[in-house]
Amino acid sequence: MNISYEGSISFTQFINEQSEVVNPLPEWALVDKVLVHYYQQMVIARQFDNKAIALQRTGQLGTYASSAGCEAIDIVIASLMHKEDVLVPYYRNHAMQMVRGMKLSEILLYWGGDERGNSSPAQREDFPNCVPIATQCLHACGIASAIKIRNQQRATVSILGDGATSKGDFMEALNVAGVWQLPVVFIINNNQWAISVPRALQSIAPTLAQKALAAGIRGEQVDGNDVVALHQSVEQALQRAREGKGPTLIEAVSYRLSDHTTADDATRYRHPDALKMGWDKEPIKRLRNYLHGQGWWHESDETQWLQHSSALIQDAVDQYLDTPPQPVSSMFDYLYAELPLQLKKQREAAISRSEKEASS
Amino acid sequence: MSGQEAICMVEAINLALHHAMRNDNDVIVLGEDVGTNGGVFRATVGLKENFGIKRVMDTPLAENMIAGLSIGMAAQGLKPIAEIQFMGFIFPAMEHIVCHAARLRNRTRGRLSCPLVIRAPYGGGIHAPEHHSESTEAIFAQIPGLRVVIPSSPQRAYGLLLSAIQNPDPVIFLEPKRIYRSQNQIVEDNGHTLPLDTCFTLREGNDISLISWGSMIKETLEAASLLAEEGIQCEVIDVATMNPLDRETILASVGKTGRCVIIQEAPLNCSVGSEIASILACEALLDLRAPIARVGGYDTVMPYFRLENQYMPQTDQIIDAAKRTMEFD
Repeated sequence: MNISYEGSISFTQFINEQSEVVNPLPEWALVDKVLVHYYQQMVIARQFDNKAIALQRTGQLGTYASSAGCEAIDIVIASLMHKEDVLVPYYRNHAMQMVRGMKLSEILLYWGGDERGNSSPAQREDFPNCVPIATQCLHACGIASAIKIRNQQRATVSILGDGATSKGDFMEALNVAGVWQLPVVFIINNNQWAISVPRALQSIAPTLAQKALAAGIRGEQVDGNDVVALHQSVEQALQRAREGKGPTLIEAVSYRLSDHTTADDATRYRHPDALKMGWDKEPIKRLRNYLHGQGWWHESDETQWLQHSSALIQDAVDQYLDTPPQPVSSMFDYLYAELPLQLKKQREAAISRSEKEASS
Repeated sequence: MSGQEAICMVEAINLALHHAMRNDNDVIVLGEDVGTNGGVFRATVGLKENFGIKRVMDTPLAENMIAGLSIGMAAQGLKPIAEIQFMGFIFPAMEHIVCHAARLRNRTRGRLSCPLVIRAPYGGGIHAPEHHSESTEAIFAQIPGLRVVIPSSPQRAYGLLLSAIQNPDPVIFLEPKRIYRSQNQIVEDNGHTLPLDTCFTLREGNDISLISWGSMIKETLEAASLLAEEGIQCEVIDVATMNPLDRETILASVGKTGRCVIIQEAPLNCSVGSEIASILACEALLDLRAPIARVGGYDTVMPYFRLENQYMPQTDQIIDAAKRTMEFD
């Protein structure tokens, strides 16, 4: 018997959960600049997350999907993307959107039930949050096709959860990205949970990255709580995409430190010990301990930065809470480039209903 | 080619596709078998040869993927024309059509848009395999953000398809394949478009309005001719755009005649015809001199082809319905 195909999946890690260096660091990670920057951004993301959950709990925000645990993934990827690259997120990527230039108040506006949170000028050609699972992977392939047709040197990044890898859209996206050699990078935030369903019940495949091999494209696993590992893998994948060398699937192994959303209660299905293990591996503490060890970040820096980010977030909250809702006509104004006659009539009716309600 | 030779609907569609691709580099075509094979109905013949494989793409076999890809392309400013080989296979793509294509402009407050056309042959009458003969236009007509267009002649197919391609929003363009090759017309390749929000009055008459679309226009026009021989002057309206529906033309016609028959191939239940009847009931009750009559498919699964002709509405059913309506006092 001959072997028709054999493949393997690498796992990249530089700084482990004890904050020890386990592989020789790349040159950029031998100095403080980038690592400190990543750390600072992650702290803002975590504080923002805590604030958003508090807003939801006090009735000031809608159902919110926490990003606790995927800060490293989001911050590193978004930092490495060029402005003209295109981000096609799912619904847990507030930190990416922040790094891409969205105001935190705009992100809150989205979760506060306002479509203007999808229309920040900073989003440029980025897609809005994608709610139907895994569908964004195919939009990314369409964007990447346009980039390829026009011979541009841009990359498309699509991010998804581990549950999304069970959907046809994901496999279809890997397949077409391979056969057309599209400039796209797929990142799985494998946070081990799809609401209550654990990773082990999604697929018997030992890694999710190996699904790439079936599509004939590059697949690899990285420690999703290690900013250095993420940086190395993602930078290379983006570079390959921009150079027309084809797609990559990166499975970033992380852990969801939160409930699925504020509408969920993970204590119904997750053992506290499992969560504790997640906290032991989490990205922020890991990097802080490393930076402390290197003498690149001190308690005073921490205090100062927490104050800075608190103020930043409070400003965003104030701005969000001060934003008046859209006029009722906005339900109609973006439905079509040119509103059909019947809808014009409904629009008028909606405006008068709204005015009547306001005056009564 | 000036198009002086009379051509059939599928050739007119091909002519419009060539015209659009020639005049706008952002127009691209994708789908299963649309390249080398020129489409299973030959609607895309010659496009690959004329415009190359970068703009005419044979895709992997996945309808959901075709729709999802088209949305990404459209958001980048391309104008994708995706072919779904048969409307019976469009359902994997529904999530992308309904949840994304139809909503992208709205949910980004106009930051992104989705100028895309999805073409699909639909309808019965050609003795096709299972899943190749249904008429499910109403499913799409209910979705806010979509336009749903059905041509009924070569000339209208040409003009409506060009409009659909130029339209900045997603258009579901359903092609009645039973009449793909049944009628030849001179189609000038002049780039003239037809409106996507207007019914076409194909025949004027004062006695009764016959309202139809797609392949049933053929039987409806036949019925109108035969009824004319008996002194009944029918007004024949081709609805053409299922969404947005041109209520004004329909209401004006029924306002004039006071009588109407709605003719469709689709099952009657919750259909475009139901909506037209509802509009007439709500807004033209006092104009009506007889109850609205409806001729259409049964509310059954489209039968496999040995019983197909028992399902498809026939000319004499339209004539009978029109006469009953005329006789009502």
